[in-house]
Amino acid sequence: MSEETITLDVTRYRPGQDTEPRTESFSVPYRKDWVVLDALNHIKDRVDGSLTYRWSCRMGVCGSCGMMVNGVPKLTCSAFLRDYHPGPIRVEPLANFPVIRDLVVALDDFMEKLRRVKPWLIRETEKPISEGEYRQSPAQLEAFKQFSMCINCMLCYAACPVYGLAPAFVGPAAIALAHRYNMDSRDEGYKFREPVLNESVGVWDCTFVGECSVVCPKHVDPAAAIQRSKVSGAKDWAMSMLMPWGGKK
Amino acid sequence: MSDARSQRPGLYYPKMRNTWWLSRPGYVRFMIREATSVFIAIFLIEFLVLVHAVAQGPDAYAAVVGRLASPGWIVFNVIALVFALYHTVTWFMLTGVVQVVRLGDQRVPPGLIVAGAFAAWVVVSLFLLYWIVVRS
Amino acid sequence: MSADLAYSHDVLIIGGGGAGLRAAIAAAETSDRLSIAVLSKVYPMRSHTVSAEGGSAAVMRDNDSLDTHAKDTIFGSDFLADQDVVEAFVKEAPGQMIQIEHWGCPWSRDPDGRVSVRAFGGMTVNRTLYAADKTGFHMLHALFQTSLKYDRIVRYDEWFATSLLVEDGKVSGMVALNLQDGTVHAITAKAVIICAGGGGRVFPFTTNAAIKTGDGMALAYRAGAPLKDMEFVQYHPTGLPGTGILITEASRGEGGHLKNKDGYRYLQDYALGPPTDKPVNRKMELGPRDILSRCHMQEHQKGRTFEGPYGHYVHLDLRHLGQKLIDKNLPFVRELAKNYVGIDPVYEPIPVRPVVHYMMGGISTDITGKTPLEGLYAAGECACVSINGANRLGSNSLTELLVFGTRAGQAAARYALERPAVKSNPVAGLVSDERRRLDTQFLSADGRERIADIREEMQRAMEAGAGIYRDRAGMEATCKTLRELRERFANIGLKDRDAVFNTEVIAAMELDAMLDVAEAVANSALLREESRGSHTRTDFPKRDDTRFLKHSLAFRTAAAPRIDYLPVTITRWAPEERKY
Repeated sequence: MSEETITLDVTRYRPGQDTEPRTESFSVPYRKDWVVLDALNHIKDRVDGSLTYRWSCRMGVCGSCGMMVNGVPKLTCSAFLRDYHPGPIRVEPLANFPVIRDLVVALDDFMEKLRRVKPWLIRETEKPISEGEYRQSPAQLEAFKQFSMCINCMLCYAACPVYGLAPAFVGPAAIALAHRYNMDSRDEGYKFREPVLNESVGVWDCTFVGECSVVCPKHVDPAAAIQRSKVSGAKDWAMSMLMPWGGKK
Repeated sequence: MSDARSQRPGLYYPKMRNTWWLSRPGYVRFMIREATSVFIAIFLIEFLVLVHAVAQGPDAYAAVVGRLASPGWIVFNVIALVFALYHTVTWFMLTGVVQVVRLGDQRVPPGLIVAGAFAAWVVVSLFLLYWIVVRS
Repeated sequence: MSADLAYSHDVLIIGGGGAGLRAAIAAAETSDRLSIAVLSKVYPMRSHTVSAEGGSAAVMRDNDSLDTHAKDTIFGSDFLADQDVVEAFVKEAPGQMIQIEHWGCPWSRDPDGRVSVRAFGGMTVNRTLYAADKTGFHMLHALFQTSLKYDRIVRYDEWFATSLLVEDGKVSGMVALNLQDGTVHAITAKAVIICAGGGGRVFPFTTNAAIKTGDGMALAYRAGAPLKDMEFVQYHPTGLPGTGILITEASRGEGGHLKNKDGYRYLQDYALGPPTDKPVNRKMELGPRDILSRCHMQEHQKGRTFEGPYGHYVHLDLRHLGQKLIDKNLPFVRELAKNYVGIDPVYEPIPVRPVVHYMMGGISTDITGKTPLEGLYAAGECACVSINGANRLGSNSLTELLVFGTRAGQAAARYALERPAVKSNPVAGLVSDERRRLDTQFLSADGRERIADIREEMQRAMEAGAGIYRDRAGMEATCKTLRELRERFANIGLKDRDAVFNTEVIAAMELDAMLDVAEAVANSALLREESRGSHTRTDFPKRDDTRFLKHSLAFRTAAAPRIDYLPVTITRWAPEERKY
């Protein structure tokens, strides 16, 4: 009895040998509880050991396995074969990023932008450890919690046409993380992040396409973070026009 | 994709096609939403011309209105109205996301904010309809 | 593989997870004259710390005491933990929790604004801090984002450490492969800290991510450092069948029930009762992990477990907790169950079974994180200090990352400040040897064996002989199989000949490490003729303090590992019978 199979059309790219990526087709067993990642592992283990991709936790929390599945940015560990049956399934590297090899993209740009937005708690004065934790009510935690759920999977950058057309854009995840800290009641660093956010390549490059929030697997809603940062940025600008002598928050 | 970043040898830099916006329904809706601004801009100019004509006196006004009664302009105005409605609806749907209102400890549900915006729109529209159309 | 450049730092940390990042920050804060490097085979936010769910334990409340936390930990370890180390651990834990809170970790809160604590297995008092049910995720991201503040912490992302440089009997850095371009480099350092995690992937069903292949343990092992207590492998009682994905102990801490195929809360039959509606600390579903995993296996032997396509399982019932509580405190559990087994725990019980989760054993260190090799330190799951002994209590390991990451970081920093610079001439020779070895053994390998085949046979052998229940015959068979697999490994063939991002070479090197780790586990287990904690033998069912109140030490040889022993440090808690 032959097992049912499904076809994966996978991007291959060998730097130094290929001038551009090409597609290779693989036939893998079709199992109802397999995800695309299981199929890729099957290919690597049994068919072609040179297939190259990133993965780790296989439960949607490490952010390694982001790829384009039928043109949509997805975590391949959460993309079930049964949702694409009968296939074929197109698996490509994450859009808008330079491709290192096969399905692996270069993340240096994001890592630099992450650092640029100063994603750490900034305070005028630190409380000594002996005095215990900063008090924070459940409501104050709710104010930023959603934006702290980002797993840095980069699906939002792959979905953002602005990032594709103008890659200097700081981008959804980085801005959402900046917003997470701005909204944290313990943080006092808004004035350090604000210059980065209010540059033209900061929040103002965003035209609210909204696809970043659609593809986010953790429901972070980076689009909301960016628009809210625009509101506070605009308010700051207006206040600084009206009261140039007043200090910013 | 413009290469603002320095290029590393061996890396493949994919280029976005000009038809990128056709690849996902979300992108198409976005482009339509943005395109509505063109129609609204033209409508605004049309409106300013009308206002200018009013200032110039009844003859000039009658002449402009006469020109605007042509089938071409009527079609344009219908389309512009549809697009303006589409733009307004999408804009109001997004206010729930953008504007966070807190009452004490609790956050006002976004749906309520959106409903409020629509309600205010309907009320103002009905009022204007009555004031300008019905009363005259 | 080409190019042979040298990089140099004062402190080099292998592994960018919770322990590695905490060590880096601690070293940076020890002195601003130090150059610190963190080298990781994945970007730090991908480290397996990210998957930890339940929480991190520390004494935070007035109804708690350091002695109680210490006693719970030592009792849970079946008296194999070193008590002086445990005392230091419980003392430093609360400060570490506050420190990471100051760094932005979004702990769940009580209405008055203080950090919340919840119940966890084996803990007498509620003392487990948590960030919903993604504690490891939030801790890792808080640490990683905080580490970005320090300019002196340099990162080598997606570099794979292939061997330690040992020069004049002192560890002087390491050789590493840069995945991005396949080049091999020496990174010299005055102190090296290994924080590369455990090796759960030597078993077939595990909560562990793909990257948990014991690379760090193997690095130290090959350089001559002993691996301590390797026979103690923890099975987490509630993993999803098939994938092994973790369903956190917090689901039991919040009140979840384990039921067999008759809908019966079977744990009451195993001296863990009586069954109460609300969870009682250390009873029933809040018993320690080793005991719960054994109960499951005994239910299976009695024919009272369900049978599914991935073997036997039982039910974890959360329905009585209600949707509101599940969405507030266990939202990730709900998401995982829905996505991976198609079950909504608000309406149906979740299928679960014991899966390998944690290695109590690891690189032997002292209370400061120092290993017997000069210049080498270790912290986190890859190390064995030991606070976990023969069985770890849930929520102690996230705390362990912070306490011992800090200790190792500080100790390594202080050592580096004293030590003169590493001479680069002898290093060059070592590096070209290493380059040649990697080339012959891996990049040009064209034998008949497939990596996946050897890996799967190793995993099957480990599950068969070194699983929850062990006996001499089973362990001997496993040790023999592992020796054969080690020989077959010399004959592997790789298809990927590219230098750039060659993940097949990485997989081969990971398998190399796993074979070493597996042999240490199986051989240490064979020689421990007693049952203690998670090591349960049907041929020696009782704990034997006379012969085995001691740590095993596995040393690498050309053949099977040589096993030696180290006494356990007892301070104030004399070993007693472990009853709950």
